[in-house]
Amino acid sequence: MDRILTTSDRIERVLAWVAGLLWIAPLAYVFVRSVIVESPGGSRFGFDNLTNAWSAAPFGQYYLNTTLLVVGITLAQLVFGALAAYAFARFTFPFKNALFVFVLIQLMIFPEVFMSENYRTVAGFGLLDTITGIGLPYVASAFCIFFLRQAFMTVPNELVEAAQVEGSSRLGILWKVFLPAAKPSIIAYALVSVSTQWNNFLWPMIVATSDETRPITVGLVRFLAPETGMDFPKMAAGTVIVIGPLLAAFLIGQRGFINSFLRSGIK
Amino acid sequence: MTDAPAVAPPTERSSWNPLRAARKLPDAGFAYFLLLPAFIFLALFTVKPLIGSIIASTQPRRGDGFTLDNYARLATDDVFLKALGNNFLFSLITVPVSLGLAMLLAVLLHQNVRGRGFLRAGVFAPAILPMVAVAVIWMYFYQPNIGVINSILGALGLPTPDWLGDPGLVLPSLMVMMVWKEAGFFMLFYLAGLQGIDPELEEASRLEGTGKFRHFWKVSFPLLMPTTLFAAIVALSDSIKMVDFVFVMTQGGPDNASNLLLFYIYKVAFAQHWPQFAAAISLVVVAVLVALALIQIRLMDRKIHYR
Repeated sequence: MDRILTTSDRIERVLAWVAGLLWIAPLAYVFVRSVIVESPGGSRFGFDNLTNAWSAAPFGQYYLNTTLLVVGITLAQLVFGALAAYAFARFTFPFKNALFVFVLIQLMIFPEVFMSENYRTVAGFGLLDTITGIGLPYVASAFCIFFLRQAFMTVPNELVEAAQVEGSSRLGILWKVFLPAAKPSIIAYALVSVSTQWNNFLWPMIVATSDETRPITVGLVRFLAPETGMDFPKMAAGTVIVIGPLLAAFLIGQRGFINSFLRSGIK
Repeated sequence: MTDAPAVAPPTERSSWNPLRAARKLPDAGFAYFLLLPAFIFLALFTVKPLIGSIIASTQPRRGDGFTLDNYARLATDDVFLKALGNNFLFSLITVPVSLGLAMLLAVLLHQNVRGRGFLRAGVFAPAILPMVAVAVIWMYFYQPNIGVINSILGALGLPTPDWLGDPGLVLPSLMVMMVWKEAGFFMLFYLAGLQGIDPELEEASRLEGTGKFRHFWKVSFPLLMPTTLFAAIVALSDSIKMVDFVFVMTQGGPDNASNLLLFYIYKVAFAQHWPQFAAAISLVVVAVLVALALIQIRLMDRKIHYR
């Protein structure tokens, strides 16, 4: 019986590697392709594609825009989300259930579905082609409120009472008791929010019309768009410029990223 | 926590007035004060556009007045029906396939394989990439003449179709890409689920001589059901929301064979400059999303119940 089990174990191991490599192959291919320079005398290794692409479009500016956008949205979501979650987790007030259902229904609704109306709203504020205008529809997230509320619900009452005895105010208790207790969830949410917003494309493409505001995703598509036909080295280089730092950050922090995801209860 | 510096709160007279005012509120009022910022923005970008869409959808394309033509048009607009059908097919296939593969990958990478961390990270990596970058990567693979897939097929003497140019192949090709991007993400959900299953159950199966497949089917799969239900909702909403690849790869073509709902809303609103009809389509999609949200709420109720 022992031998039978080891055989099936071996098959599983081989399968795991086959599947893993199959998933990694497309990414590996793009990276390899980006450092192959095609010249009349044949192909060689070099970073020419990458340096050419980098200087052909303001990728540095795109990165800066994306960073501002992502940091701003994530901070705003956490601040607004923590305040609202605290209200739902700790206090009773009229229409509490109705308001919570209002939040739950929005778990599924994303601002892009109303792109035409939201465009009018943002235009009405005079915020077209601004980073604020790109970020504004996302600053309050129903998912963030729901997720933090779930985390806050698990805070033991004794901690709250102890803080009350000490004379902490209600906001002080949020700061000193609830936020530290929910730290793993806050980190997990921040990671999810950062990667979601970093990758966002459609709405930023609609709102941003200049390189001063375009995030990296819109910049990449624009960088590749005007070409007639397909310039593979250029595509590979542009893609690597966009995904390289993201993958590097992920690989450095992946253990923490995957673990905080597994632990936070997003399941 | 209990030994925090003993600031004497009542005597502290600082200048942060809004917070001091908030202190005097009764609990219910204070709760509304906490909800206010989030609800202002939720209202501004979901309730306001919802009402705006309802109003716009009952207006004619030019001039004022009330009309239901936009809704009547939904039933006869070929492109809308095509996009609706495409999106339905896209969701119907990518959701179960992504989840099935995610489950398989999770089971394979839950065990102690050498290089497990590397393989997990590799499978998960596509999930953190922008959809537009994924789309660019897959254009390499699908390009008819010098693309990777056709180079391999050509070398083997097999037919080399135009994956994104053939109306019959374009949607399946995009589905493969979507599954590649999504499966790793849901694998993580399943890994979390598998961690929550008592390892003694597997030991028991081992001792009884139950095969691995049978153990999975009879033990793990049912226990992973709550994860599956939750992941299915997320995957379903992604299959409506994450359609950036259409913009990069196909523009909905050829012949609308890859047109999806969100892309069509964009085209109607911003290319045809017809916000009234776009509003009617938006409301159809919102109706679907709200239905999904209600299902999700019911499922979460049950999950909370079981805990």
